[in-house]
Amino acid sequence: MARRCAVVGIGQTDYRRQLDVTLDGLVRWAALDALEDAGMSFTDIDAIVIGKAPDALEAVMMPELSLADALGAVGKPIHRVHTAGSVGASTAITGATLVESGRYDRVLVVCYEKQSEGNATWALSGGRSGGQGAGGTFAPWIRSYISRSGAPEHIGWKIAVKDRQNALKNPHAHLRIEDISIEKVKESPMLWDPLHFLESCPSSDGAAAVVLGSEDVARRGPRPPAWVIAHAKRTEFSSFPGRDTVRPVAGVDCAEALYAKAGVTDPLRQIDCAELYVPFSWYEPMWLEGHLITPEAEGWKLTDAGDTELSGSFPVNPSGGVLSSNPIGASGLIRCLEAANQVRGTAGDYQVDGAKVALGHAYGGAAQYFAMWIVSAELEPDFG
Amino acid sequence: MSAVPREVAVVATSQTNAYRLFNDSEPKLIMRCVNDLLEQTGLERDALEFTIAGSCDYLSGMPFAFVMNIDGVGAWPPVYESHVEMDGAWALFEAWLRLQLGDIDVAVVIGSGKSSPGRPREVFPLQTDPYVMAPLGMDPVSLAGIQARALLDAGKAAERDFAEVVARSRRDARQNPHAQLATESTVDELLAAPYFSAPLRMHDLPPVSDGAAAVVIAAGDRARELTDRPAWIRDMDHRIESHHPGLRDLTRSVSTELAAERVALADGPIDVAELMVNYSPEELILRDALGLSNGTAVNPSGGPLAGHPVMATGLVRVIEVAERVRSGSASRGVAHASSGPCLQQNLLCVLEEGG
Repeated sequence: MARRCAVVGIGQTDYRRQLDVTLDGLVRWAALDALEDAGMSFTDIDAIVIGKAPDALEAVMMPELSLADALGAVGKPIHRVHTAGSVGASTAITGATLVESGRYDRVLVVCYEKQSEGNATWALSGGRSGGQGAGGTFAPWIRSYISRSGAPEHIGWKIAVKDRQNALKNPHAHLRIEDISIEKVKESPMLWDPLHFLESCPSSDGAAAVVLGSEDVARRGPRPPAWVIAHAKRTEFSSFPGRDTVRPVAGVDCAEALYAKAGVTDPLRQIDCAELYVPFSWYEPMWLEGHLITPEAEGWKLTDAGDTELSGSFPVNPSGGVLSSNPIGASGLIRCLEAANQVRGTAGDYQVDGAKVALGHAYGGAAQYFAMWIVSAELEPDFG
Repeated sequence: MSAVPREVAVVATSQTNAYRLFNDSEPKLIMRCVNDLLEQTGLERDALEFTIAGSCDYLSGMPFAFVMNIDGVGAWPPVYESHVEMDGAWALFEAWLRLQLGDIDVAVVIGSGKSSPGRPREVFPLQTDPYVMAPLGMDPVSLAGIQARALLDAGKAAERDFAEVVARSRRDARQNPHAQLATESTVDELLAAPYFSAPLRMHDLPPVSDGAAAVVIAAGDRARELTDRPAWIRDMDHRIESHHPGLRDLTRSVSTELAAERVALADGPIDVAELMVNYSPEELILRDALGLSNGTAVNPSGGPLAGHPVMATGLVRVIEVAERVRSGSASRGVAHASSGPCLQQNLLCVLEEGG
């Protein structure tokens, strides 16, 4: 019954510190970039969906109100999503829902964060100074993963290097560390054992946008559409006795629902590449396993064999990922739109050869919120 | 833009009282509503196929405050859910569209907020002080005062009209068991009160409230199975205006007019209208924008002037209309929700019996 939906335009700002751009300027930059890509202007848009992490990160309450003018939303619906770190992907999914519902034909989805305007670690610690931040929350679970999976310690370093090397090919990326190396990563300061400084995401500024269109709109657009063939979300409590924080059930359930909807039975073979939300190096194998792409304790082997590199059999984060750019509220949408870039063949220097089906993913909270979509160059991909 | 394919109805509603101070957590408020809905519908928790909530971190004074709220909903085994940093009425909008996809039939929609721990007049200026401007501390009460003044200056209203809205709303609230302020006052008594933020008097303002509200919505035959009296959502729409009050005619609500046109409000009689009148002059603007006649009962619950659980207030309007449709006392009604200073953003939901 649902109508089909496709990504018909993609826009991104630069993700470096943007001290000379206002919040209005930042979101408008990404929106205009996406509209130009779609061959549209603001007047073509039926509705706007905006997402970001907590308002407290920039101290602007309900920013959809003050950003309405910059986003061409005056006289239109604007809808605001907030689902913690997964928000970027959740916002993309809400936008897709608006199109699939039959109500709107062209929806502009915009997400942003401007970390230079606030103190993310304060906010990520629930607004308490001196808190543990996200790294402090995740480090024990990463240690637990290492002990469960038997992964060697160099896996984290390897991912940190791979994603930064990919970022050198992405003109939007925040971090560009030309001389990145295993040595450099392991010699960088230890932040939260086992996470070194260079195994952690940066504090970035930036906005990302997509224009989503109905099937009719997509077929008339100037770009090849990236069809949204499935999306899924799952949430569980942040803490309770017996919770598996390494491999949260919500993440497993979300992947199962996603693959079932898409008709994917063997994700490692049927999906060509993935943009996974990896804010700390070790989350690459944790999500490869936690989202059923590999069996348990096998994800790190894929990484170790080089299969997740740009030229590998299952490239992960060809754009450089969250490890290279983390405008928090936008990071999930960036994963979703980079998946679309791959299947459209518009990923430039970090294009994965022959990518037709790609996964975009985000997680948030205490690894308890999951949002994912699969995009494809074909409306009805044949997974044979 | 086009019509949506599926009929969806409100099949059960729940709201807490509007409390001046609810001395317990926000999840507890939510849990009361969700448990009440499960009891009313006989549904098990896992039959709620999609959950969506509206709340505000800033009211709680804490980033990620909404994460705690899922404790009040239940999320084990994991659930399919989402969250808007908006009034629960916008959560309803998303849920209503989500059910159009056809793969799920039942959703629960929640709105919740506790204003009591903070000082709303100090919190809400964060909507109007984006860092590109000088921090003016421009608060919603002052802005509502400017809007009221614009109405007076344009000759569209007199202070007596504001007082009449208040007298009627708080009198009607005496029939509303959830109301926080339910008083009997004459218009002359109200006009004798001193100004608070001229031309507004304290009684022109909503109370500071804590509270939550929730509804179950269901599609088609599933709605008919769950209740004998569904309140069908005929249409919904919402629109925003410029953030800059100086760019707007504050005596009109253009976004409400646009939404009313989109939902074809004028196509039939409107028995009841529950409007998010946070400040009494807003009722005059909204009546005008909606083209309401004397045949429409406006805010029979007392409206937000009798209880204003921020982030639930709009969803409560939907509940008040839905319950009147469900009880048969109204056959068609409109619920209104608003966000932002001076009615910047407005949502309409048309509910009907039958069908």
